[in-house]
Amino acid sequence: MISKTIFAGFGGQGVLSMGLNLAQAAMLEDKSVTYLPAYGAEMRGGTANCTVAISNEEIASPVASSPEFLVAMNSPSLVRFQNQVKSGGVFFINSSLIEANVSREDIDIVEVPANEMAEELGNLKCANMVMLGAFTKKSKVVSLPTLIKGLEESFKKKPKLIGLNTTALTNGYELF
Amino acid sequence: MTKVLMYGNSAIGEAAIRAGCQCYFGYPITPQNELTEYMAAHLGRRKGCSFVQAESEIAAINMVYGASATGVRVMTSSSSPGISLKQEGISYIAACQLPAVIVNMSRGGPGLGSIIAAQSDYFQATRGGGHGDYRTIVLAPASVQELADLTHRAFDLTDKYRVPVLILGDGMLGQMMEPVEFKHTAPSTPPVRSDALRGAKGRSSKIVKTFTSKPTELEEINWSLFRRYQLIKSNETIFETFMAKDAQMMVVAFGISARIAKGAIKSVRANGLKVGMIRPISLWPFPYEKIKQMAEKIKNFLVFEMNMGQMVEDVQLAVEGSADVSFYGRPGGVIPTPSEFARVISRNYFQKGLKIAK
Repeated sequence: MISKTIFAGFGGQGVLSMGLNLAQAAMLEDKSVTYLPAYGAEMRGGTANCTVAISNEEIASPVASSPEFLVAMNSPSLVRFQNQVKSGGVFFINSSLIEANVSREDIDIVEVPANEMAEELGNLKCANMVMLGAFTKKSKVVSLPTLIKGLEESFKKKPKLIGLNTTALTNGYELF
Repeated sequence: MTKVLMYGNSAIGEAAIRAGCQCYFGYPITPQNELTEYMAAHLGRRKGCSFVQAESEIAAINMVYGASATGVRVMTSSSSPGISLKQEGISYIAACQLPAVIVNMSRGGPGLGSIIAAQSDYFQATRGGGHGDYRTIVLAPASVQELADLTHRAFDLTDKYRVPVLILGDGMLGQMMEPVEFKHTAPSTPPVRSDALRGAKGRSSKIVKTFTSKPTELEEINWSLFRRYQLIKSNETIFETFMAKDAQMMVVAFGISARIAKGAIKSVRANGLKVGMIRPISLWPFPYEKIKQMAEKIKNFLVFEMNMGQMVEDVQLAVEGSADVSFYGRPGGVIPTPSEFARVISRNYFQKGLKIAK
């Protein structure tokens, strides 16, 4: 079984680190995983996105032409990717910034007030981890404990941030 | 050993350092910049090692040429247009029989083309690339793990045979992250070849040169290169086969295309189509013998490349007319999906009148 996810948002929203943390956790669970950031002539303030593929067998292509999951941190991302998602897939929408005006009816929509929840924790920058927590609960592609373990690995050089990000992940996870 | 999540480009750098690479010379170009960046951060800090960002690709390859003469393990990297600039230097390195590892994380062409992945440098890579009658060993990885493993192998091969080794990847392999395990640890002191030019004290002088005015000497140099190439052909041809045992049709693909093809084959196999794959890992030497041998039984080959038909010529040479060779190519830029290629396989399979397994 293979699952592909596109994470998208403004540059600076931590979209790439969401993907990276998920990929790290999948690796810790001994799964096959690819992480592919979009690259090209991007500009500051522009959009950023990455694709994560997770599977129990070898992954043929790191590209997702029809992913199961879309995590949209801002409106332009939702507009850009909403038609690509596979029928029966799930949209994770940052409802703090997006008015979910989705025309598709074959998609599950999960609204996460990521910015508001991050502000409650005192740091808007952890909105991505709130979202990743909610994503993990619903998608079940990895478990929360491995995600936290992976986080500890990626913040090895900034241990002060581990507590905040772990709380953000957990709060997102416990939203539903 | 534990796995780490790494960019393909960075994994080449780490594997090179662990293989004892002492010098790296490069010039920036997308999509291989992470490799240059990795070497700047990690090789430059190692004792006795050097990283130089050269003023051009031509300067970089000539620095490789010089460093190799001093007996150290040396590498450069670039992407398609930059590799074209390096060809003169590669020809000189081949003529002098010096080891060097050259990485091409290729992009779409011709010209400046596009930074997006393509496989259109196959001809250039496998036919020597520059002027003169020479060959380079060409390795084509298909995953980040293989980028690391083949980089290590490239350094061993180039030292063993004293011919340049080219790693032919593509933008996608370089830009994606996958778990990778490094099987070697970096030597505390990098190796130095015994024939290094480091002063002639106590021995007679040696000359490394590419020019000779004696016709017989040139002939002898080329004969000696040719004999070595024969040896490489018989010893170093590597490939992978997949579901080949009962196959009635064989897909031939390399690098990133082979991954996509593998996914496609799994899905057509589920529908009973007897399709297998051979993936050349060394593009030169090419597995002519293996494919020829397969063509005695299997009469249909389908070559899949992200270019408009380059490796397909080698497959045609290999089967010597004894099997049908079809081709599906995409000119680069757009990465075909496994399901797209699965449809191509199915169409081709039924057009040839092949039957599905009951």
